[in-house]
Amino acid sequence: MSAVGEVRTVARQSLWRNEFARGVIIQAAVAIALLALTVFLVHNTAVNLAKRGIASGFHFLENVAGFQPTFSLVPFDLATSTNGRVFLLGLVNTLVVSAIGIVFATLLGFIVGIARLSHNYLIRKLAAVYVDVIRNIPLLAQIIFWYFGVLSTLPNVRQSLNFLGFFFLNQRGLFMPAPIFEAGFWIIPAALVVGIIAAIVVYGWARRRQMLTGQQFPALSVGFALIVGLPVLADLGAGSPVTWSLPELKGFNFQGGMSVLPEFVALLLALSIYTAAFIAEIVRSGVQAVSHGQTEAARALGLRPTLTTRLVILPQALRVIVPPLTSQYLNLTKNSSLGVIIAYPDLVSVFAGTVQNQTGQAVECVAITMAVYLVISLLISAFMNWYNKHIALVER
Amino acid sequence: MAEITASTPHVALPDQPPPASEVGVVGWLRRNLFSSIPNTVLTLFALYLLYVIVPPLLNWAIFSANWQSGTSVKDCVWDGACWTMIRARFGILMYGFYPAEARWRVDVTFVLQFAAIAGLLIEGVPFKKYWAIFLFFIYPFVAFWLLYGGLGLPVIETASWGGLMLNLVLATTGIVLSLPLGILLALGRRSKLPIIRLLSVAFIEFVRGVPLITVLFMASVVFPLFMPEGVNFNKLLRVVIGIILFSAAYIAENVRGGLQAIPKGQYEGAMALGLNYWKMNGLVVLPQALRIAIPSIVNSFIGLFMDTTLVIIVGQIELLGMAQSSARDPNWLGTINTALAFVSMVFFIFCFSMSRYSQYLERKLYTGHKR
Amino acid sequence: MAQAAPAMQITDEVMVKLEGVNKWYGQFHVLKNINLTVKKGERIVICGPSGSGKSTLIRCINRLEEHQKGRILVENIELSHDLKNIEQVRREVGMVFQHFNLFPHLTVMENLTLAPIWVRKMPKAEAEKVAMKYLERVRIPEQAGKYPGQLSGGQQQRVAIARSLCMNPKVMLFDEPTSALDPEMIKEVLEVMIELARSGMTMLCVTHEMGFARTVANRVIFMDRGEIIEENEPEEFFKNPRSDRTKLFLSQILHH
Repeated sequence: MSAVGEVRTVARQSLWRNEFARGVIIQAAVAIALLALTVFLVHNTAVNLAKRGIASGFHFLENVAGFQPTFSLVPFDLATSTNGRVFLLGLVNTLVVSAIGIVFATLLGFIVGIARLSHNYLIRKLAAVYVDVIRNIPLLAQIIFWYFGVLSTLPNVRQSLNFLGFFFLNQRGLFMPAPIFEAGFWIIPAALVVGIIAAIVVYGWARRRQMLTGQQFPALSVGFALIVGLPVLADLGAGSPVTWSLPELKGFNFQGGMSVLPEFVALLLALSIYTAAFIAEIVRSGVQAVSHGQTEAARALGLRPTLTTRLVILPQALRVIVPPLTSQYLNLTKNSSLGVIIAYPDLVSVFAGTVQNQTGQAVECVAITMAVYLVISLLISAFMNWYNKHIALVER
Repeated sequence: MAEITASTPHVALPDQPPPASEVGVVGWLRRNLFSSIPNTVLTLFALYLLYVIVPPLLNWAIFSANWQSGTSVKDCVWDGACWTMIRARFGILMYGFYPAEARWRVDVTFVLQFAAIAGLLIEGVPFKKYWAIFLFFIYPFVAFWLLYGGLGLPVIETASWGGLMLNLVLATTGIVLSLPLGILLALGRRSKLPIIRLLSVAFIEFVRGVPLITVLFMASVVFPLFMPEGVNFNKLLRVVIGIILFSAAYIAENVRGGLQAIPKGQYEGAMALGLNYWKMNGLVVLPQALRIAIPSIVNSFIGLFMDTTLVIIVGQIELLGMAQSSARDPNWLGTINTALAFVSMVFFIFCFSMSRYSQYLERKLYTGHKR
Repeated sequence: MAQAAPAMQITDEVMVKLEGVNKWYGQFHVLKNINLTVKKGERIVICGPSGSGKSTLIRCINRLEEHQKGRILVENIELSHDLKNIEQVRREVGMVFQHFNLFPHLTVMENLTLAPIWVRKMPKAEAEKVAMKYLERVRIPEQAGKYPGQLSGGQQQRVAIARSLCMNPKVMLFDEPTSALDPEMIKEVLEVMIELARSGMTMLCVTHEMGFARTVANRVIFMDRGEIIEENEPEEFFKNPRSDRTKLFLSQILHH
């Protein structure tokens, strides 16, 4: 009996000295070191800020900014708009260029990605050249190229490039017609909503009919026609309640219409083309990840190529494509911060740049900016995790 | 039927060549370019694109370009690219404001570096351990002494460093010094100790969630506030620290991928032999994991090399910045496209060769490694 | 199991006919002057060393591979570049692959009903009835709601056979159906194939399973280096091989 008791005591002593305790000690040491470092840094910062007479805290957001960013989608007034409003403006500019960039990059990326897999030798090689060249030139150089290299060769206002008589491209930007919504315009968005609902209903009906009788119906084409056609019909039927304000050259500038800043255009082009090259690779490897046997089995069953792609290849390819695709979307959003090089007023440029310079409150400005990007990144990660769980292939 | 039981030798049918329309140039053209109407349309479209892009580009870059030497944009009499400007500013583009008589120091630094990396990565070169020790532990001091000065060499302040040399210094310092940190973070992420794991994950996700620009801003504007009174950090050093922290998070993810590919049996075998945590990782796990992770580490390096262009924004004039300011110089107004073309080619050559190399490595590694 | 193949109904109707078929991969002459006639109800086993072209041969029959010279007719439809013909042929010919090629993102039931719904335009309820009938025939009706990743190899191959049968093919092609299976699962798949043969299906089977050939085949064809070297009834084929190459091959595989 005493031997067993001895063994037990020895075991308890070794346990105390080994795994568990050691782990606790290490973690405690790390935590204390980190705490000490934080205290040190905070103390230094407080001292340095006091020395320079810089305030702390977030009151500066209520102060008037005193400068006018060149591009604003939110109402902004030089005299009264606050730093907080500058933050909002920067955030909106970032989100807008990122969102539109994501759409363009996805479209172009999918086209080039599929071109990479084409049976046509020339198309395949052209797509490969595009991807290899664009991916190996720094994005900053590409932005500078589109802005200084291309847009600067555009003519001055008086000699604008003219497209279809409505679109004018010159050094000051892209001038295009602006819609003026008159009374009764509501019928067009209403028709759009009706069109979408009708398309969904038709699709559901067609599917049920196919289940029941086996007959097929071109639900996708009809649905598309509804979504596009109904608003057009509504527009004609209501006597075109949308008029267009056309840009007209008066003196040294255009009156009427609306204009898009050249910085915006350049940044958008660069971001889209750059990210599309990466998306193309993702699409290509996603489609190639689906084993060739899947295509063969579908063909052997008599499925036509379009059906094979839609029912067999695409669902499997998307599983592989979506996670890295969302990564690229995040990259594009982060890369929009490079607009600062051409003075596009995005969040980093106006807030972590100008406001920080003017108020001296570096810590707050940089921290807020980083926090915004972190939130966007966490949202995208969360979506990706949800998507992965949702469509994971069931295995034993 | 009664058959001869002795078997007869079989007279084989001779190989015949395939029909003419199937092989050779005609067959290849038919299959790849003109096999159907849509395909033919695509081919014509592709040929049109080539026609619109290639001849004007070649014309601008080579045939109508200015290759002669000169001192200002007026010397560029031809229509095409003004390579004259590149010739005139070549020293500055490569070395920044590094004094001309000291440029040999930069050259020696990078020759040593490429030699060390080649020794480490190329098959068949012996003494890999010594190359690694040299590259990671000795070379950094040698390089710093050569580039900065002291101990017999005249000091050249970092404010004079610029051009392509600066991109290379930033990228290689970034990778070399972020590797150890990245490995620690990757191990920390897999640690059983919750605080270590939490800190590692937090650092990695935080850094990967923010743009490099914000990290550079933080390094150049916020770091000085963190310093006790009187301590003045060299501006370039702040930027380097920012780059190291940024790169470490991405390296950590690359190493994590390598660690995940190591089967559990390796850990168990090492533990069964009595190796403790650090010996197990140092002798068994990491050597294998790092080998697997090398292609993705090379990819991170390519990305970092391209990202070094961002330091323009915090006032360091590297190659792209130098080229841009050259094109703004009153002597060379209007040569921005030439400048950009030159910079793009330099980056393209570096990055494309590195990525081809990394693909080659990946192929080699995966044929030898059972998946 | 080695009983002589029962005299099954072999009619005179020609299902598949290959005349002077030649195929090249680039310069490599992979099928040399193949002549083959398959009548309705025949069960043909094709064997030979690897690289002999046997898989390529049957893959030409449903146009997964193209032949460059000669003619292939399936139920008198000629296989050429005409897409409509190809689709028609694929509806009448079923194929079972070495690696099953089930669609992993669909359930077993959905795998089986996909082609009947989208190609034969069957209503869903009817397609599901047909599917259940064949699932019962391959003896795994309870797996209808599972995903392929949840099944064993033998079960997956049986589902693959049922999937082809749901299209009511007139000819079934088997490309080494048991080569990727663990030994204990080969028997269950062979049993399904034997039952299928006994029910009168016209079958072309590339396989190394000589026991299956003895049980069910009415003809064994030996191919080597792109040519048909020899063909005969199974018993004669195994007992009295005529060519020395056949002898060599048989000595290599019949070592038990």
